Amino acid sequence: MQTNPVIKLVEIHKTYHTGEVDVHAVRGVSREILPGEFVAIMGSSGSGKSTLMNMIGCLDRPTEGRYWLDGIDVSTLDRDALADIRNEKIGFVFQGFNLLSRTSALENVEMPMLYNRHRIAAHEQRDRALHALELVGLGDRADHHPNQLSGGQQQRVAIGRALVNRPSLLLADEPTGNLDSQTSIEIMGVFQKLNDQGITIVMVTHELDIARYTKQMVVLRDGKIVTDEAVGNRLNADVELSHLHEAQQAVRLA
Amino acid sequence: MRIFASFRIAGRALRRNKMRSVLTMLGIIIGVGSVIAAVSITSGATKQVEDRVASLGQNVVTVFSGNFTSGAMRGGWGSAPTLTTGDSEAILQNVPNVVAVSPEVRDRAQVLANGLNWNTQVIGESPDYPQIRNWNIAKGSMFSEQDVRSIAKAAVIGKTVADQLFPNENPVGQTLRIRNIPFKIVGLLESKGFNLFGQDQDDVVIVPYSSHMHRITTRIYVNSILVQAASTEAISKVQSDISDLLLSRHRSHEPDFTVRNQVELMQAATATAKVMSILLAGIASVSLLVGGIGIMNIMLVSVTERTREIGIRMAVGARGNDILVQFLIEAVTLSAFGGSVGIGLGIGASRLISSLMQWPTLTPVAWIFIAFLSSAIIGVISGFYPAWKASKLDPIDALHYE
Repeated sequence: MQTNPVIKLVEIHKTYHTGEVDVHAVRGVSREILPGEFVAIMGSSGSGKSTLMNMIGCLDRPTEGRYWLDGIDVSTLDRDALADIRNEKIGFVFQGFNLLSRTSALENVEMPMLYNRHRIAAHEQRDRALHALELVGLGDRADHHPNQLSGGQQQRVAIGRALVNRPSLLLADEPTGNLDSQTSIEIMGVFQKLNDQGITIVMVTHELDIARYTKQMVVLRDGKIVTDEAVGNRLNADVELSHLHEAQQAVRLA
Repeated sequence: MRIFASFRIAGRALRRNKMRSVLTMLGIIIGVGSVIAAVSITSGATKQVEDRVASLGQNVVTVFSGNFTSGAMRGGWGSAPTLTTGDSEAILQNVPNVVAVSPEVRDRAQVLANGLNWNTQVIGESPDYPQIRNWNIAKGSMFSEQDVRSIAKAAVIGKTVADQLFPNENPVGQTLRIRNIPFKIVGLLESKGFNLFGQDQDDVVIVPYSSHMHRITTRIYVNSILVQAASTEAISKVQSDISDLLLSRHRSHEPDFTVRNQVELMQAATATAKVMSILLAGIASVSLLVGGIGIMNIMLVSVTERTREIGIRMAVGARGNDILVQFLIEAVTLSAFGGSVGIGLGIGASRLISSLMQWPTLTPVAWIFIAFLSSAIIGVISGFYPAWKASKLDPIDALHYE
């Protein structure tokens, strides 16, 4: 059986014209990502990973090349059509969580459904939002506001929001950048579970430790892919967490 | 489509910043409130003047006899008697769109009844008089055409005369002596109060004009002729027709009479109130404008402050239009809600003024709609620029806005 790629990038270029100098942020990236993949995009700052991420996330358009998302050529779509694609096909998780303040977790998760092209009944929105919160282990915190939640919990709400429109792709931009190491592992555990359920995940990170929880590492340098390899001795979040607990117990006993 | 969702989003955003929303609305509340209060007060005053003018009668054209000139001395209108009851009959028969006429003769006289006496205005009229003056008979009835022809000694009296001569008694059926001639009281008029010039309209005795001219006085001319036109639109035509008719009847080139209508009187009387209302509405509109600028200011601040929120919304699939509509609805909600509160407050304030200062106030329904609509329009206008600015944000820049 042949599976269609979720993402198909063909010779993607992005050039910024800032003043007199042209900045070539991305210079010819071609890559397919199949359903069920869990890819980490790595690279130092200025490697073009954020630019590539923005294009994959349909927030920006390539200056050259073609991009098919879920079989749709999105490289030529206009602003409104891109907004619709983002709504239906992509779930975003950001470094800074980007939740609406003074708005309950449930309402934050419901938000993408307000912009769905197909009207979703209020009770269905609620049911789906609650279900998404349960999926990330926050079913009992639905009415909490972001300032009543820890960083890890806020990021879980953000993941719930990313999942609520049942996207074909989950895009995470430094999702653990603002979190301590234990919480980072917990969040990676959430991603691993979602990936086990068949959700395709692309994640930008500059931390090798975090990238080792994914299945595939793509390294960018100067706007080009320099390494693209499967993760050797992949880490399992559950195992790492129990190691961490044992270590903590040991410290306490000592 | 998704307008309902936009309303929910806007409602949530406004509730998140209650204090600011209320303060922003205050500008519109005060603006609309003062417009409504100003309009209520001036239209109350105008209505009062109009009512007084209307109490003179409906669609009434009055013909006064001409002025008298002797050498260099000129008398006022009515000083030269020229009008006759014949003129009055001719007007009724020949001028189209005339429904009633009453030749009028006026005199003051001492009247006696019931062992009491009272000096009052005694006027001679036709039976059409109550209809022309829009004046109902409270008890009894008006004298008839038959009474005019038979020069009957019948009288209808006003409330003031009744109170003076027949305290706590029914005057109808009793006898009244005018210049020692006994008249039978056949009717009592309803109270009409004071006229535009502060005269007590109820201080009157009305008798058939024929009786007045033959029994009380000896006259061949009448002071004036009251003519009722069929409709307000017909008034000016009736007026000019009467002029033409009387000119030919009096065989003169110069009019020895003058014809006035009520509309002229009404216009003169309400002119001041009109100027006042324009002035007040002008001042109130300025405060409404200031309120609108306040909304625009707050919406601009709000867009800048919520740039990141706009970025998030765009990232999860909000189109530029969704953002535009959201901010527009926020602005319109602020102004329309403020407008509604202002309307309530304005009505309340005018009621208060009315009860404290005894001024008549009237809030025209049309103005309530105008005030509500204009506050909503102010919301659209002042909200549009900030909303448009928000909708044009680049999602990537907005997401990384600090």
